Amino acid sequence: MSIKILLDKCTGCTLCVKACPFGAIAMIDRPARIATQSVAGGPADAPGKGKKVAEIDLDVCTLCGACVPSCKFNAIELKKELGGSGRDLSHFKGVWVFAEQREGKIQSVAFELLTEGKKLAADLKTELCAVLCGDPSIEEEIDHLFGYGADKVYLITHPELKHYHTAPYTRAIAEAITKYKPEIMLLGATTLGRDLAARLAIRVGAGLTADCTGLAIDNGLLQQTRPAFGGNIMATIQTPKHRPQMATVRPKVFRKVKVQNVKIKTDENVIRFKPVISEEDLLVKLLEIVEDETVKVNLAEAEIIVSGGRGLGEAKNFKLIEELAAVLGGAVGASRATVDAGWISAHHQVGQTGKTVCPKLYIACGIAGKIQHLAGMQSSDTIVAVNKDPDAPIFKVAHYGIVGDLFEYVPLLTRRLKELQG
Amino acid sequence: MDIIVCIKQVPDTTEVKINPETNTLIREGVPSIVNPFDENAIEAALQLKEKHGGKVTVITMGPPQAAEALKTTIAMGADEAILISDRAFAGSDTWATSYTLSQAIKKLGKFDLIICGKQAIDGDTAQVGPGIAEWLGIPQVTFAFKLETNDGKAKVERMLEEVNEIVECPLPAVVTVVKQMNEPRLPSLKGMMKAKKAEIKNLTAADIEADPTNIGLNGSPTNVVKIFTPPPKGGGEILSGEPEEIVNKLIDKVKERKII
Repeated sequence: MSIKILLDKCTGCTLCVKACPFGAIAMIDRPARIATQSVAGGPADAPGKGKKVAEIDLDVCTLCGACVPSCKFNAIELKKELGGSGRDLSHFKGVWVFAEQREGKIQSVAFELLTEGKKLAADLKTELCAVLCGDPSIEEEIDHLFGYGADKVYLITHPELKHYHTAPYTRAIAEAITKYKPEIMLLGATTLGRDLAARLAIRVGAGLTADCTGLAIDNGLLQQTRPAFGGNIMATIQTPKHRPQMATVRPKVFRKVKVQNVKIKTDENVIRFKPVISEEDLLVKLLEIVEDETVKVNLAEAEIIVSGGRGLGEAKNFKLIEELAAVLGGAVGASRATVDAGWISAHHQVGQTGKTVCPKLYIACGIAGKIQHLAGMQSSDTIVAVNKDPDAPIFKVAHYGIVGDLFEYVPLLTRRLKELQG
Repeated sequence: MDIIVCIKQVPDTTEVKINPETNTLIREGVPSIVNPFDENAIEAALQLKEKHGGKVTVITMGPPQAAEALKTTIAMGADEAILISDRAFAGSDTWATSYTLSQAIKKLGKFDLIICGKQAIDGDTAQVGPGIAEWLGIPQVTFAFKLETNDGKAKVERMLEEVNEIVECPLPAVVTVVKQMNEPRLPSLKGMMKAKKAEIKNLTAADIEADPTNIGLNGSPTNVVKIFTPPPKGGGEILSGEPEEIVNKLIDKVKERKII
């Protein structure tokens, strides 16, 4: 983004000086003469509009935009432009990971991204930073971020950041990015991460790649690999000329690993940042959170998922799937057909129109395995398929297949596992 | 209630096949369709119009043949359809696409609501809807499955990973919708007749006064450097034997992999 005062419109009224939360605007004497070659034939210095004009100290300005609506004469222009375009990119440094938190608890995907980000930062010989937003009590969670390898934590606190809302989060993180200039920013490809990243990238002028399944550094650039065309092809994407290079990454693609040399929290490695959030950022109000009673384990975070498909025949047979999931301590998944038929709620749906999952074990029961379903689960560590049809496409991605009736095998498996557990 | 729906014409990815010899995508003969989530967006807009009156305008950025997708939306009941098409838009990523659509929307004048599908099934980014909202400086509500409007406000239910969220949002705003929103109607016979005769207005880069640095390849910070097909999965081991035996084998295999 860039900001400038349109001198032909500025009257020197000083309203913007009062509106700026950072003291970045001062009044200066109106320049004696302003070059006239600019706006085609327009009045250049518009004489008689006051002796003083506003000037913005760009070293202090965070581009927060608070001054723009304060000006009654539309004399302040805040323009979105691609970050770092055509400029020296070397002052963009550091790999940032957005530490997604819900209800004050940092989500697993943040630790996975820190683990992967550590490798990227090592390749780039730069530091790994976590960005944690929340109300002031979130500070208690900081040690977890150091535990997974963060060199530094940007702690952004404000009462309005307790729960996620697009506008205040975008405002807060955009201010931090503008000020501290990271070269890479990674976010989890969760509903929250994708909602935030898409808006943030436009605000700060970053290239953004969605839903990556692979990251690497080549020639100093982030190589972002992701599926497209419903998982039929893979594309590698890079952002050569603009910064930061932003990507959302699917949960469970990378493993989280605690580091040996954990940094101790100090005044140097915790950068405290208090964003300026305006009324305009608080227009969307959360009225209610509706729990889904049938969701016992979050699919996206589950280590084991047992999924049911059309082969179940009717809604009540999902009980078989639930029993097997329970004995394994896993989550219940479902194919689109079963959700469309109303057998189970949409929170359980795996696949292109549902969730993308990547558990250690995925057991597909009575699921044929259309490309849309495979797109959502084929990167699971171990896939087991139970299906009557030996030609079902699910067997193409399964590590272990059972050609047979799920009504025979699923209860048998549940019983045997129970026996083993004693 | 004036509603703008943004759509994309996409290849039907369910029909995409891989050539087993070259391991590349077979694009020939793959039909082009209106992105399925965008059909949910149109249906949502039509239902709001039926309730509150007003107008539904559908826009798309794409090559000239994307006019076909717009005609489908007229057949469903949209009042007007506008194609934003120009060679200068070629190679747009989500930055350039959201900019271009937002410029066109500014040109269209007053609106109360913009509805988009949550994502397109070819790119799967879910980035253009929020991008439009940011360019226009209005609120966004993503992953909606219920949408009511009343008195300049929208009440929206969002589908998240484990829970649903009910939010209230002042209009104008951008709402992106998931499949559970509704069941899109089929084009009516009358609608198809109307679509046949319908004139699709075309807007160029000049018409929408686009900044050349923000459109097409120039305005796209991301570049695709490589496309490849994932190695074909050969399939794993089919376990054989008596049912008890198979189940025991499976448990052993899973144990070997240290999962349980």
